[in-house]
Amino acid sequence: MTALIEVRDLLVRREKQTVLEIEHLAVQKGEVLAVVGPNGAGKSTLFLTLARLLKHERGTIHFNGTDSMSTLEYRRRIALVLQEPLLLDASVRENAAIGLGFRGIPRVDSDRRAGHWLERMGVAHLADRSARRLSGGESQRVSLARAFVLEPELLLLDEPFTALDSPTRARLLEDLKAVLAETSTTTIFITHDLREAERLGTRMAVMLNGRVHQMGEPREVFAHPADAQVAEFLGTTLG
Amino acid sequence: MADLFPITLLSLQVSILATLISLLIGLPLGTILALGKFPGRSFLLSIVNTGMALPPVVVGLFVAMMLWRSGPLGDLRLIYTPAAIIIAQTIISAPVVTGLTAAALQQLNPRLRLQLYGLGASRAQMVLSLWREARLPLLAALMAGFGSVISEVGASMMVGGNIRGQTRVLTTAIVLETSKGEFERAIALSAFLLTITFLVNWALTVIQQRGRS
Repeated sequence: MTALIEVRDLLVRREKQTVLEIEHLAVQKGEVLAVVGPNGAGKSTLFLTLARLLKHERGTIHFNGTDSMSTLEYRRRIALVLQEPLLLDASVRENAAIGLGFRGIPRVDSDRRAGHWLERMGVAHLADRSARRLSGGESQRVSLARAFVLEPELLLLDEPFTALDSPTRARLLEDLKAVLAETSTTTIFITHDLREAERLGTRMAVMLNGRVHQMGEPREVFAHPADAQVAEFLGTTLG
Repeated sequence: MADLFPITLLSLQVSILATLISLLIGLPLGTILALGKFPGRSFLLSIVNTGMALPPVVVGLFVAMMLWRSGPLGDLRLIYTPAAIIIAQTIISAPVVTGLTAAALQQLNPRLRLQLYGLGASRAQMVLSLWREARLPLLAALMAGFGSVISEVGASMMVGGNIRGQTRVLTTAIVLETSKGEFERAIALSAFLLTITFLVNWALTVIQQRGRS
């Protein structure tokens, strides 16, 4: 397998404090890596650094074997879904197509592609509605469609289900799992919810205090925590 | 009232041009102040916010001193011309447009910028998207900028001189008629000023609210 993204010797500091220090982290093509950890573990810092929205002090992030890509070129090969859907004050269709517009895709094509992904995410009937009139679950579906329509090589998800109620979250999780399986989109999924991580991730990374303490298949991580801190976070015992 | 039409036309020309120049200055400057991170940003914002309350007579005094025949820009021969009024009115309305632009952009969710970048926006595309998102308060900034100059009298009087057929605008004409005790003419001019101010703002409001629907 080839690593789509490979991080080496990464150091991020904020206000002279080390907030992220990762020796090595590689995500293979087609893999869904769930990154779990408590609040303040450095998950969101990792997310922003991988999206090249936060500068790192040291280390390299190789994407498809290179780290010499311009920031804009890099960002146009990934897509981002944040905890809040952050839709613009426009129609659902316009929102779904905005990333294609940034890439200069003609309106006819972008509308067609946006329509396809709105359909796939189950919100095609809302295409002409103002994005301001959507429920939380609908908004997050549009936000996911907006990301998938870009056919990203890497999809970054930062706790996209946190603000949703339980039934909505469960349905969306299942739909997302199906789409990821169908498209084989390489994904890094940040969450503090262990069940979500286990459900969606093909591998799991446990982050504590800015470091990756353990990485492996979810079942393996739960069965054999690497150290006492991981075991405590997972609520299991060292095995 | 034979000269009502040229006075009104000059008022509109001068104030609309000053507002448009203020927009050209205020939109980018307000955006930099709202989104940029650089030392002295808060201080600059305070200066702009203070500028929003600049008394027109103080601006008139400053511009008159600059453009006076013996002043540093006297050679340009602009004092008592419509250009002098435009300069003064631009100085009055540019801080209004700048300050309200900065406020409009700062009220947007700061993570929206990250989201736009994360969807592949260039810096220019990100800024255009934010302007579009804040179009309602930005149009309000434009209306406030126009309102601050169409209604001012001090600066126009001081740098324009209220010369009949050359620099007389509605507000300076109202002052003149009142000082002569010609209240009926002053009231008629006032009614006219209010009407055109309403019509311009009504047109901008229609554009603003259409954006909303």
